[in-house]
Amino acid sequence: MLSRIAESLYWIGRYLERAEDTSRLLEVHLTRLLEDPVVDEEEVSRILLRVMGIDDEASPDHHTVLQLLGWDESSSTSMVAAFHGARESARRSRETVSTEMWEAINTTWNMMRGNRLQHLPAHRACQLVRERCAVVGGIADSTMSHDEGWQYLLLGRSLERVDMTSRIIETAAYSADGPYAWTQTLRACGAHHAFVRTYRGDATDQRAAEFLLVDRLFPRSVLFALDRAEEALQALEGGTRVPSTEALRALGRARARFEFGALEDLTVDLPTRMSDLQRTCSAVNDAVSSHFFDGAGQTVWRAGVR
Amino acid sequence: MAGAFTDYPTSTSTFDEAVAADGRVRAAYDQVATQFEEFGLDDVRNRAEYVSKSYHDQGVTFDYEGEERPFPLDIVPRIIEASTWSHVEEGVGQRVRALEAFLADVYGAMQIVTDRVLPRHVVTTSKHYHRVAYGIQPVNGVRVHVSGIDLIRDAEGTFRVLEDNVRIPSGVSYVLTNRRAMTSTLPEVVGTHRIRPVAAYPDRLLRALRAAAPSGVQDPEVVVLTPGPYNSAYFEHSLLARLMGCRLVEGRDLVTQGGRVMMRTTHGLQPVHVIYRRVDDDFLDPVAFRNDSVLGCPGLLNAARAGNVTIANAVGNGVADDKLMYSYVPDLIRYYLGEEPLLPNVDTWRLEDPGHREEVLDRLDELVLKPVDGSGGKGIVIGPQADAAELDQLRTAVLRDPRGWIAQPVVQLSTIPTMVEEGMRPRHVDLRPFAINDGEKVWVLPGGLTRVALGEGDLIVNSSRGGGSKDTWVLSGDGRRSRFQRQSQRSLPLGTAPQVALTRSEAEPAEQEQQQQQTGGMPC
Repeated sequence: MLSRIAESLYWIGRYLERAEDTSRLLEVHLTRLLEDPVVDEEEVSRILLRVMGIDDEASPDHHTVLQLLGWDESSSTSMVAAFHGARESARRSRETVSTEMWEAINTTWNMMRGNRLQHLPAHRACQLVRERCAVVGGIADSTMSHDEGWQYLLLGRSLERVDMTSRIIETAAYSADGPYAWTQTLRACGAHHAFVRTYRGDATDQRAAEFLLVDRLFPRSVLFALDRAEEALQALEGGTRVPSTEALRALGRARARFEFGALEDLTVDLPTRMSDLQRTCSAVNDAVSSHFFDGAGQTVWRAGVR
Repeated sequence: MAGAFTDYPTSTSTFDEAVAADGRVRAAYDQVATQFEEFGLDDVRNRAEYVSKSYHDQGVTFDYEGEERPFPLDIVPRIIEASTWSHVEEGVGQRVRALEAFLADVYGAMQIVTDRVLPRHVVTTSKHYHRVAYGIQPVNGVRVHVSGIDLIRDAEGTFRVLEDNVRIPSGVSYVLTNRRAMTSTLPEVVGTHRIRPVAAYPDRLLRALRAAAPSGVQDPEVVVLTPGPYNSAYFEHSLLARLMGCRLVEGRDLVTQGGRVMMRTTHGLQPVHVIYRRVDDDFLDPVAFRNDSVLGCPGLLNAARAGNVTIANAVGNGVADDKLMYSYVPDLIRYYLGEEPLLPNVDTWRLEDPGHREEVLDRLDELVLKPVDGSGGKGIVIGPQADAAELDQLRTAVLRDPRGWIAQPVVQLSTIPTMVEEGMRPRHVDLRPFAINDGEKVWVLPGGLTRVALGEGDLIVNSSRGGGSKDTWVLSGDGRRSRFQRQSQRSLPLGTAPQVALTRSEAEPAEQEQQQQQTGGMPC
């Protein structure tokens, strides 16, 4: 397929996942501010923004966070901007994505554009973004041919999920002493219910971390998403006998570290491990674009539409 | 309850296609009028809003001053009777055949100039006569793979040609989406009419493009070349690519190597054989044309000359749809085809002729002046609507470059009832039928794009000037289809269940009916 179209599909995957994950993160953050009586609003907001790559806010409060991660179209980290990215990428590959998928994306964009989300209660807006991303994802699953283009979409989605989950876990790690930190993190990953069912009464912080990092059955765990990304890349390489791309090797190394490392070490120095993981994602992204997209790349994390 | 056509104003100076001057509804619109009457104005209005919302969500848009807008579709269809259409169809086909012959001639022997039918300078001074295209021989002789011939109906109801578009005519995507929108919005109305379908267009186009592939290529790779998502017709480019199952490429996806055109894919460079380009000549190949252009691909023209790739429509076609050339087309039809033109032109003054010029300059305030190479209604001055300063400017412009202008009388385009704020009102329309030449036959899409000027009294219908569109129904037979017929089909006795055809029939209903009558098959 055309390199440019492959790149668009990859970015649709990334942007949709980014919009969805940002909405989860945002909602949990807002809930925490409301429910936790002793929380320092400025401090947790600063941590959240730093983890999302924004360092320069002087004294952030929940308004700033909502703007920067929620609605501000000019802020590259907002869920609206991410969705806009998905929509523009879909527009560029409109003859390739299915009609129904395009319509789902476009209809959603019409719901969001022109600051429409801001007029909803914040929780409702976050929920809407998540639901619409699920609709688009579901339609994509069932109406797109599961061919090469599909694998690019899947690769983008999985890689973004690794990256975003690691950011979510990192925020938890910074406030690990709070009693609700891991509960909130599980919620942010949509994992609370699955976790509670898995461990019943025996829920500890260590187990929560394990669950989010290496659970083989939960689709948003780091290991699960790394596996998916690797599968997609393998499919794209078309069964070459040795792992031929730098991207595949980097993914494999990261996966092996989580898959075969000692469980009790998992939570040691979590922030550093998570930053490492984000760097891996970025390296994989660069390797994928230079190998498959013919160097058309120079795409960095916030490069905008591809 | 107010009916849909109640209080519809009539006029004697313009031809209304639905309602005659005495207020009587014309036969073709009879059924629609009755059904709209039954719905009532409010229901019609609701349905019109539904169309607009669905276009918004589907992204059926065009670019208007940098903003993506849904293309307005009016709820009242334009209806053309079978007999009227067959005349238009033949006239359009005739015109395309003459223009093909003309292009082959001017990029070859120039016999028409030798025979003194056309002055040489008319060709050589055309901005779109590209010497670099000289000598490129199309494989199957086709240069005008796709054309859009703009027609209007004058005060007597006669169809006249307004202009020819044989470069990159656009708008066909709206013909396809309009029909789908009308089917879902007015199923009852569509269901009681026998309307010739338009869905065959992408198939026909693909077939014509494949037929134009360089010789020796068994399974040609056909691509659609777009300037990109910021082009006003991007929606159309992507829709056509999708419906034909072709790749939609941008210039940067292409590269030429050793006289061949390749595209960058995830599995390396792969050859391209036919390019349905939606990029203007000037931007197509920086080697041959504007060297600052990045929309096209360097070396395309050489590849075409070497016979390794077919560019559709051919480079240099603009010499044939220049508005000055337009005034000679009736002569071209007589010269090349030995036939009388079936569709008349609008009277046209050539301003490079001193006699014509003098007359026109005297009557600037009564005439329409058009730049010969303008498109999208750009630069047109409608004399009666212009003020003194504009006319002075115009006079200077004409004197500076007489070759650059033509003049025509103000033609009162026909009107059709159109849903506006106040209800149903007459609005001016034109018609752009699309024709595809596959080298064997010129096929005309039944109907085409009806554009409608949404402002009262407006004569310019271009979407870039705020115009909208109507679904255009070409009726088959008497155009009626009754519920009874449809039900009787459903209750066919089991033993006579129709066989599933092994190959898809591409015949039109009219042709099918004929064939069935011959073979005595079931009506369908």
